[in-house]
Amino acid sequence: MANALVFIDNPGAALKKSSLELLTIARSLGETAVAFTGELTDDVAATLGAYGATTVYRPSVEELDNYLVGPKAAYLAAAVAASGATVVLLDNSPEGKEIAGRLGIKLNAGVITDVVGVEADGTAHKSVLAGSYNTTAKATTPVTVLSVKANNVEPAPAGADAAPATVTVEVPAEGLANSARIAARTEKPVSGRPDLSEARIVVAGGRGVDGDFGPLEELADALGAAVGASRAATDAGWIGHDAQVGQTGVTVSPQLYISAGISGAIQQKAGMQTSKVIVAINKDAESPVFEIADYGIVGDLFKVLPQATEEIKKRKG
Amino acid sequence: MKIVVLVKHVPDAQFDRHINGPGNTTDREESILSELDEYALEAALQLAEERGGPKAGNEVIALSMGPSGAVNAVKKSLQIGAYSGVHLSDDALAGSDAAATSLALAAAIRHISADGRPVDLVLTGMASTDGETSLIPAQLAERLNFPQVTFASSLEVAGSQVTARRDAGAFSETVEAQLPAVVSVTDQINEPRYPNFKGILAAKKKKIASLSLADIGVDASQVGLAGSWTVVESAEARPPRTAGTIITDDGDAGIKLVDFLAAQKLL
Ligand SMILES: Cc1cc2nc3c(=O)[nH]c(=O)nc-3n(C[C@H](O)[C@H](O)[C@H](O)COP(=O)(O)OP(=O)(O)OC[C@H]3O[C@@H](n4cnc5c(N)ncnc54)[C@H](O)[C@@H]3O)c2cc1C
Repeated sequence: MANALVFIDNPGAALKKSSLELLTIARSLGETAVAFTGELTDDVAATLGAYGATTVYRPSVEELDNYLVGPKAAYLAAAVAASGATVVLLDNSPEGKEIAGRLGIKLNAGVITDVVGVEADGTAHKSVLAGSYNTTAKATTPVTVLSVKANNVEPAPAGADAAPATVTVEVPAEGLANSARIAARTEKPVSGRPDLSEARIVVAGGRGVDGDFGPLEELADALGAAVGASRAATDAGWIGHDAQVGQTGVTVSPQLYISAGISGAIQQKAGMQTSKVIVAINKDAESPVFEIADYGIVGDLFKVLPQATEEIKKRKG
Repeated sequence: MKIVVLVKHVPDAQFDRHINGPGNTTDREESILSELDEYALEAALQLAEERGGPKAGNEVIALSMGPSGAVNAVKKSLQIGAYSGVHLSDDALAGSDAAATSLALAAAIRHISADGRPVDLVLTGMASTDGETSLIPAQLAERLNFPQVTFASSLEVAGSQVTARRDAGAFSETVEAQLPAVVSVTDQINEPRYPNFKGILAAKKKKIASLSLADIGVDASQVGLAGSWTVVESAEARPPRTAGTIITDDGDAGIKLVDFLAAQKLL
């Protein structure tokens, strides 16, 4: 009987940092099992073991990825039943949250999303209303389903290296029947930079970059940062929509958020104001972004950013 | 086609928003129609108009669940162009979490289908601007046993098939589902129309049905704080961020910025 079940969806060749974080949290809740989809390589299996997973569940069918979330929720419900887990942990991606939502209905279980901390009894911490309140919430049901934001715990291996047992779970047929089918899927080009939602540093640009993200990308590379954008910049087609930070884009909470040429509209703030440190560069001293910036520079981003990049390179030698 | 659009009455994000009262629920004074629901309403109106509008038997019904003030979200939807409205309101609903909300909304949708014309499509925004969980479309689909298509950035309906584009994480996808379905749409899908004078006048003649829990066959114990599967135990206002140091670039702001980052141990 496991206490916690971690859902790990198609990690590929190596587990993502966010999955290691979930495993680390799971261990603090008790014995850990994993509900896994995709190819389980030896490396990944070894890492799961090193992070304390005693059992790895795998689905009886391989086509879960051809449908939108429904079958994954059905599989996960079956894995919860098989493991006896009382807490289920998923990542906080849009898909993770939806699987959590459907799973909650299937199991009559309370679901809490956007979790930033979990206590040993399953009590969850999250911030709401665009970061203006910190709350603690708890499910009142026998099973608790939590989708947890990245970057809130340091991943730590268990110090054990027992290989987990693998167990196949039967995916109920009705899981596939009433779900939307994915008819076509194209992979987007990868930038080689850190993933926006997990990055420690984000350099974001808005309408003020005037079509040229070059100076931001150079600063981002000097800092090992991800590049983000305001909706004005993504709507203009200067950068892909997946770079959008804000209410209708990605929510980020990095150690450092550098906002350049962004006014700081409420919908933009909603996605970044829980960042630890906010730096803003804007020509207009009246821009609302300065109300929340720890360090603000009234100036032209095309002068400030290249100078900063140059200086960072110099200091890093 | 019979389309139900979910419209939520939410605290206006332009003002400070508060959590208070029993169960740590959100204060709903100063509330407005959630701006992300306007995209769903626009998508519904376009689908209905392509099919000949109300004369051809199409329906666009704005459905809101919430306290008495929430009827304003329905009224605004009617002004924008929804053909009729439904307001589900009952004291027992207060404090419902996503699970309880989806239960009540699913029952309301079944009720709206019970006149012999079943609902073909339930459209929602990608998230509410207050709870921001995006759980409702998925949970509603689970309860109704409809396929769900979420985060649609384009939407077509041909015969009984919905086709949508979505921009999900590392992929762009085309997804297909059979009606009836639940579809949530992003702010990329369209440019919502504004209510005009004619729309505002026309809205006064449109019908708003009021539903209580008894009307939809839901017991008070299944919803509200009593029927919710999660409780908010505490809520603490975070001190608002305050402005820090602000400098004006005199030609060396880039270097000062690096000094600041170094001092913060961020390099
Ligand atoms: C439903 C809805 C959802 C939305 N969701 C989001 C969202 O998720 N994310 C988001 O960002 N927005 C979102 N928005 C849009 C948001 O309201 C703002 O319109 C948007 O954030 C503005 O982008 P911006 O700050 O880049 O542009 P602007 O507001 O035009 O600001 C540009 C700024 O650049 C400065 N500038 C110009 N040139 C320079 C220069 N050379 N150097 C330095 N500064 C310069 C200007 O002073 C100005 O402050 C949403 C809006 C709606 C209605």
